[in-house]
Amino acid sequence: MTIALPAELAERRASRFDVSLPVLIAFAALLCVLIVLPVSWLVYYGFTVVDPASKARAFTLEHFRTLFTDPDFLDPLLTTVTIAVSSSAICCAVAAPMGWLVARTDLPLTATIRALVTASFVTPPFLGAIAWEILAAPNSGLLNQFYRTITGAGQDEYLLNIYSLPGLIFVISCYTFPYVFVLIANALDRIPGDLEDASAILGADTWMTARKVTIPLALPALVAGALVAFLQAMILFGSPAILALPAGFHTMTTKIWSLFQYPPKPELAAAASLPLLVLTVFLLRAQHFILGRKGYSVVGGKSGDPRLVKLGWAVWPALAFVFCVLMLPVFLPYFALFNAAFSRIATTLISPASATLHNIYFTFFELSSTQVALKNTLILGTLSATIGTLLALVISYVTARKAITGHRVLAFLATAPIAIPGIVLGVGLFLSYTRPPFVLYGTLWILLIAYVTIELPAAYQQLQSAFRAVHPDLEDASRILGATQLQALRHITAPLLRTSVIATWCFIFVSTIRELSAAIMLFTSETKVVSVLIFDLKESGDLGAIAVLGLSMLLITFAVVIFVNRIPGFGVRLRNT
Amino acid sequence: MRKRGFSRRDVLKGSTALAATVFASPLRAAPPPAEAITPALIEAAKKEGKLAFYTAMDLAFAQQLAKAFEAKFPGIAVRVERSGAERIFTRIGQEYGANIHSVDVVNTADQAHCIVWKRNDWLAPYLPEDVARHFDKAYYDPDALHVTTRILVSPIAYNTNLVKAEEAPRSFADLLDPKWAGKLVKGHPAYSGTIMNATFQIARDLGWDYLEKLARQRVMQVQSATDTPKKIALGERAVMVDGAGYLVIRSKEEGQPVEIVYPEEGTPLATSPSAVFKAAPNPNAARLFQNWMHGREGQQMIIDAARQYSAHDQAEEKPGVRPLAQIKLMKEDPEGVEKGAEEVKRRYAQIFKV
Repeated sequence: MTIALPAELAERRASRFDVSLPVLIAFAALLCVLIVLPVSWLVYYGFTVVDPASKARAFTLEHFRTLFTDPDFLDPLLTTVTIAVSSSAICCAVAAPMGWLVARTDLPLTATIRALVTASFVTPPFLGAIAWEILAAPNSGLLNQFYRTITGAGQDEYLLNIYSLPGLIFVISCYTFPYVFVLIANALDRIPGDLEDASAILGADTWMTARKVTIPLALPALVAGALVAFLQAMILFGSPAILALPAGFHTMTTKIWSLFQYPPKPELAAAASLPLLVLTVFLLRAQHFILGRKGYSVVGGKSGDPRLVKLGWAVWPALAFVFCVLMLPVFLPYFALFNAAFSRIATTLISPASATLHNIYFTFFELSSTQVALKNTLILGTLSATIGTLLALVISYVTARKAITGHRVLAFLATAPIAIPGIVLGVGLFLSYTRPPFVLYGTLWILLIAYVTIELPAAYQQLQSAFRAVHPDLEDASRILGATQLQALRHITAPLLRTSVIATWCFIFVSTIRELSAAIMLFTSETKVVSVLIFDLKESGDLGAIAVLGLSMLLITFAVVIFVNRIPGFGVRLRNT
Repeated sequence: MRKRGFSRRDVLKGSTALAATVFASPLRAAPPPAEAITPALIEAAKKEGKLAFYTAMDLAFAQQLAKAFEAKFPGIAVRVERSGAERIFTRIGQEYGANIHSVDVVNTADQAHCIVWKRNDWLAPYLPEDVARHFDKAYYDPDALHVTTRILVSPIAYNTNLVKAEEAPRSFADLLDPKWAGKLVKGHPAYSGTIMNATFQIARDLGWDYLEKLARQRVMQVQSATDTPKKIALGERAVMVDGAGYLVIRSKEEGQPVEIVYPEEGTPLATSPSAVFKAAPNPNAARLFQNWMHGREGQQMIIDAARQYSAHDQAEEKPGVRPLAQIKLMKEDPEGVEKGAEEVKRRYAQIFKV
């Protein structure tokens, strides 16, 4: 710092304009537009009504009064809370022991188990719900047919009824528990073995150590997991849209969606979106508060590997438990989809006589929406992943290096979309971009904006932590030698971050192609994506085509996930999104 | 041409039409001349090379129809956009509201939609030659803005493995028997045009209290009229309350265990019109498709493949479907549906909780 730059070098620097500041300001402005615009429209619509006489908008609280007094809205609200609380409890009850078994015991096959959890994480919840319909519809479901065959029960008897509130809670839990599992397993991975060793040296037995050391240290992660599961269950659209209608009730998300039926009621939809938004913000603050205190758990410095508990004979029941759990989100539904794809009738077990390629032929050669939807999905996946990664890269650089004043604002803006449920963002974007000056509805752009906004927080968190691992000295050296901030970023930091960047790219890509809740609000016939096409096919009960499309989607997803896992020294880590 | 007594409705209609004609071309009042499929039309359509067909008909048949058209006129790709009629109506409303004109030809199962589109002045007048020659005037708009493509009924049907013929319901009233509790499946009027019309007719003829009683039977609710026949064919539920009768006939002919019942009170009816949009991005391909679909070939497919009814007087009936004349039908009332749709959806949501 005290060494003066040679005059020549200084001159060279001055002659080259450092574009970093304007670029960074542009990014901040962009984030504002992405987030502030749709939320403002939501608030504006939620609190106003068109005055029939003057055609002007006037302030009103009428929508909220309807929302909190009309049983048509109150019932879905209560249902949603019931679903969120129950799913959250189930997820914790299942994911906590699983996370402990995988992270802290000598259970074999942990790599396989983690891979299967990843598989349930990347399975679109709506696809899982459709697969469970094939499995557990009370009369035609494969599992119920099996039950009647082995017990000789009568035609009307069934074991499982997926078209019910418990059924929906079960399916939601199937695809929400990975969030809790990852949080808990990661937390347990991080608890230093020394603390447990100390406890053991002081004479505590395994159970005592678990009770006094391990569990208290893992508790914040469990509570955070419970909140995340609550949140996910609350804002989910796909599974309720598939199962709630036949079961005869609405959740908040399906209700918001139904408000766009003709004649559309955007004001009520906006008003119904706001409580979800407020609740999400509140829960995330709570999660932040709880996780923010976890600092005390990691005492600092390097510590030994976690001490693995020896399971002994208990390894068999433990493995049985884990694989039984994983059957529910992965093995059984995938089997059901496979069966539906290659069988003439979705709910008839496949046999040489009933096997057919007709569904595949129909989906790829007759169904005229397939091509458009696949093309749109791939374009959007690629573009969202690329733009999202770039955006997250720059923002996490700025915040990790504190490169401009106001970097905190940027960090806040980049994580803010996490508080906006997909369907709420969908409503907000619909209100923002269907009128001048920004008419983006009907183009892929509006979907791109939605996807980038939704995925930005997770991408930012991943790259932020990656940046922290690269020491700023390396960049400083390059700056001293005359590079601008952007050049230093391009030539020094970027190569060091390569694996994280690729992983983030893939993460966004995978999340984008399974997104439904925002897409369902924003698509038009020409900008249909695969998830929406599957949803439309569900309406008319075309299960064969759904299975073929769903399996294609999963195939693309797994190809991407496996590709990332092949990158040396890097496996996809699920993070708390 | 129109020799009818004047009702207040006609006066009202007349005055709106008058208001519209003042600004439109004076030709509007008379139907446009009938048009044949000319080489010039085919040539122009091929230049456009594609068209978007929004339809409420069952997906498999819609694609079959599209493939037949593509085979007849190579080089014109038909993109089928299938969804329930009410969702199509919403979709077009949303798209047109944002100035997006991507629909070329629409086929809805709810005639009331055409009343709204006509009022909005979104439809293009187009009278295919076969329609002028072979369709009764009741089956096309006097301004040739829309033509009835197919006529369908929404009967009761059951799974023959689950229900013996002698125990099968014969009427809507039979469905209130406690023995059917938990065994019924029904479409939803907010998604399906056929169901919208069926629900309107049932509520009008049997009263809303019938639907209230029906709701106590723990009815499984699905969206589309094309899904209820699939649900009974799978055996997921024993009896469908409403839905596309033609799909029951189709799946019966494919060997599946289903049977139709035309209820004693009358069978709900839905005539399903198609229209070309004024702002269609592929106006020639749209007209060619509309013309072909209402010609002898397209209409025969409606009977042979889709197992529905055609208004084309030369189309030949194919055994296996009970002729319309032998079915006691409920009366269709598009104007009533147009006015009452929102009320139907609201009350329905209250009664069935979805």
